[in-house]
Amino acid sequence: MSIDMAQFHQTFFEESFEGLDLMESGLLDLDAGDADIDLINTIFRAAHSIKGGSGTFGFKRVCEFTHIMETLLDEMRDKRRKVTQEAVNILLQSVDCLRDMLASERNGSRMDEDRVSQIQGMLNDLFNKKEASQLPAAGNTAPKEDNHDPDAQVWHIRFIPFPNLLAKGNDPVRMFRELDLLGELEVVANISNLAEFSSFNPEECYLSWNLTLKGAVTMESIKEIFEWVEDDCELDIRSLSQEKTADAVEHQSRPEGAGNGSEKEKNPSPESINRDSSKAIDKRGAPATAENSSIRVSIDKIDGLINMVGELVIIQSMLAQLGKDFDIDQLGKLRDGLSQLERNTRELQENVMRIRMLPISFAFNRFPRMVHDLSQKMGKQIELKMSGENTELDKTVMEKIVDPLVHLVRNSVDHGVEMPEARRACGKPETGLVHLNAYHKGGNIVIEISDDGAGLNKERILRKAQEKGLIKDGEIPSEEGINELIFLPGFSTAEVVSDVSGRGVGMDVVKKNIQALGGKIEIISREGKGTSFIIRLPLTLAILDGQLVSAGDQIYIIPLVSIIESLQIIEGNVNLIAGKAEVYKLRDEYIPIIRLYDVFNIPPKNTDLKGGLLVVVEGDGKKAGIFIDDLLDQQQVVIKSLETNFKRVEGVSGATILGDGTVALIMDISSLIRLSHQPGYTNHNVTILSASKAA
Amino acid sequence: MAKILAVDDSASMRQMVTFTLKNAGFEVVEAVDGQDALKVAQTTKVNLVLTDVNMPNMDGITLIRQLRALPAYKFIPMLMLTTESADNKKNEGKAAGATGWLVKPFNPDQLVATIKKVLG
Repeated sequence: MSIDMAQFHQTFFEESFEGLDLMESGLLDLDAGDADIDLINTIFRAAHSIKGGSGTFGFKRVCEFTHIMETLLDEMRDKRRKVTQEAVNILLQSVDCLRDMLASERNGSRMDEDRVSQIQGMLNDLFNKKEASQLPAAGNTAPKEDNHDPDAQVWHIRFIPFPNLLAKGNDPVRMFRELDLLGELEVVANISNLAEFSSFNPEECYLSWNLTLKGAVTMESIKEIFEWVEDDCELDIRSLSQEKTADAVEHQSRPEGAGNGSEKEKNPSPESINRDSSKAIDKRGAPATAENSSIRVSIDKIDGLINMVGELVIIQSMLAQLGKDFDIDQLGKLRDGLSQLERNTRELQENVMRIRMLPISFAFNRFPRMVHDLSQKMGKQIELKMSGENTELDKTVMEKIVDPLVHLVRNSVDHGVEMPEARRACGKPETGLVHLNAYHKGGNIVIEISDDGAGLNKERILRKAQEKGLIKDGEIPSEEGINELIFLPGFSTAEVVSDVSGRGVGMDVVKKNIQALGGKIEIISREGKGTSFIIRLPLTLAILDGQLVSAGDQIYIIPLVSIIESLQIIEGNVNLIAGKAEVYKLRDEYIPIIRLYDVFNIPPKNTDLKGGLLVVVEGDGKKAGIFIDDLLDQQQVVIKSLETNFKRVEGVSGATILGDGTVALIMDISSLIRLSHQPGYTNHNVTILSASKAA
Repeated sequence: MAKILAVDDSASMRQMVTFTLKNAGFEVVEAVDGQDALKVAQTTKVNLVLTDVNMPNMDGITLIRQLRALPAYKFIPMLMLTTESADNKKNEGKAAGATGWLVKPFNPDQLVATIKKVLG
């Protein structure tokens, strides 16, 4: 029978990657010197499973590598080895290495042998270190007798089971059957110990046996057959030649009675103490799923969906029944049915959206390791606190927010939290805090990255911005304005570009990425107290909170996230630059006025700015005022791509279908502002496009 | 047909063991850890228990000890899946009532041969 082991590989890889994540987070939580036995057990078990699986499924290199890790961890959990920071670091590196090894095995790519050997060497060095305070392994130290006696042709075996042998599921007959396969076997039962019928216990073994085995059999192969019972019997194996010398080699186990094993029971194995670690597995879920094209959906969500569809079917049949011979008297019933249908559809939509939602822990999971590595590298002491990991976020948004988050966390570790000495000098605890928090607020998800570091150095930012010509000489922006400067392209305050956060990717890219997701980022910084970056993201990219506005006979949608305020135009605040570009004085600044009907070249209803409505929007850091006829509803709209159905149009990010069936265009504020800066946009050089035509 | 309870927290090992045993004509019920196995064992009568040792929630040795305490499992063969490095586990397992063990890594043929040997 041959079984294709390859069919189990996929499962093995999946669970091994999960195991590695578990090991990583466990190692990060492990305090050197004061190790939590449960935690070591969890880490050990993960290593043990990977080793067992890799051995079984034929990944030899992985098996060898994991074996050393497993041995080290085993010593740690038995308290034969101290948990040092060095050991934790090497184990963490081993986890990384192992992850790559498994990935190579899975993808069939070449393994980085040099790296594997290097880390294996580090593990070996660690293993051989004297300070390991290794105790000699208990038991099994007795020298093994020479059990190879090729001359022996006849073996005498005396087999006296202890009364409890049967109660361990072992059957003497099985052993005799196996011995019989080795050679010619003669079995003589000794029934002298058989109990009186009145005191006979059918669960005990009263018999013993004398066996004679003839053939070219080794002592080893006989012992192997009795291997499972050697502690449950008196066993004496000798060859006839040995018997003659009378210097018998006796193999006898210590006699044990009913109390067998009781002392062990008083000292439960370390594993039995561990009860809750599997919860950790459930919580963490699949590793690095952010890059996968499939998602795991909990049964709850699927069940909810099926339930919802079931109700939909019921309502449909109810309405169909009603429609068969409709009478005006039944109008009330029809209304009820329709409102039920509406509620159901909404719930169904919500449930379907939930399928794409993943807990943000998928993005957060990488940070403990990253903060650990970075802080070690920089000699800082940093505690990472995470909260709201179960806050759910659309999978696509999640994938795209990871890079900006990585950048911001690096930034907090690198620029935010100070060196321990500096912290002590300001009377702060030496260990700095970086806090990642996620929560829902008003249909958005909010992610905060805060540190208790020095805060933004406003003077330095201002100086830098002036040096780089990002602001005009003599211009002093507001406090918020200074903070915002760090989001400008080409801004970097680090004196020396470090390999931590100065990777050529600036905060401007972070802001751009977040805006591309329809999100916003803001900074709250207090000198000496710390900095918080607050990111607001839509829950999903498929639905958008929009402000419906009318211009001419068209309805447009402005993403709510882009709107700063809406106001009624005061005539005195409108100015003309160079006689044609209209600007509006909004408190201390001037913003360009965009006449929507001009941009989209539609017949206007009202061209007089006086008393008209201006929606102040922001895109790419620039503000503008959009002149519209009327503000309508605010509502969630489902985004339909214009590109797939029509073509890409400047100033428009997509379209949606409104409740009455008409198509409305969703404005792309950044591109709209860009468009308005192009000279002569008012000359109607823009594609003639109105929603009715697009539809 | 003999029914075997296969207990392992590793899904791939469980898959492999189940597939191999079913292929060899046995009926298999699975459990993901000791606690799960104990639940299964209380409602299903099996002819042999095959359990991993290192598992969360309840390890294989505790499982064997608890199963042995059940009248229905007093004489049922119970095998542990151990690694060669874990000699102390074998002794511990024996003390808890294990019938024997199978050393990992093993191939499907060894697994079937051992099971057949025990079940006769």
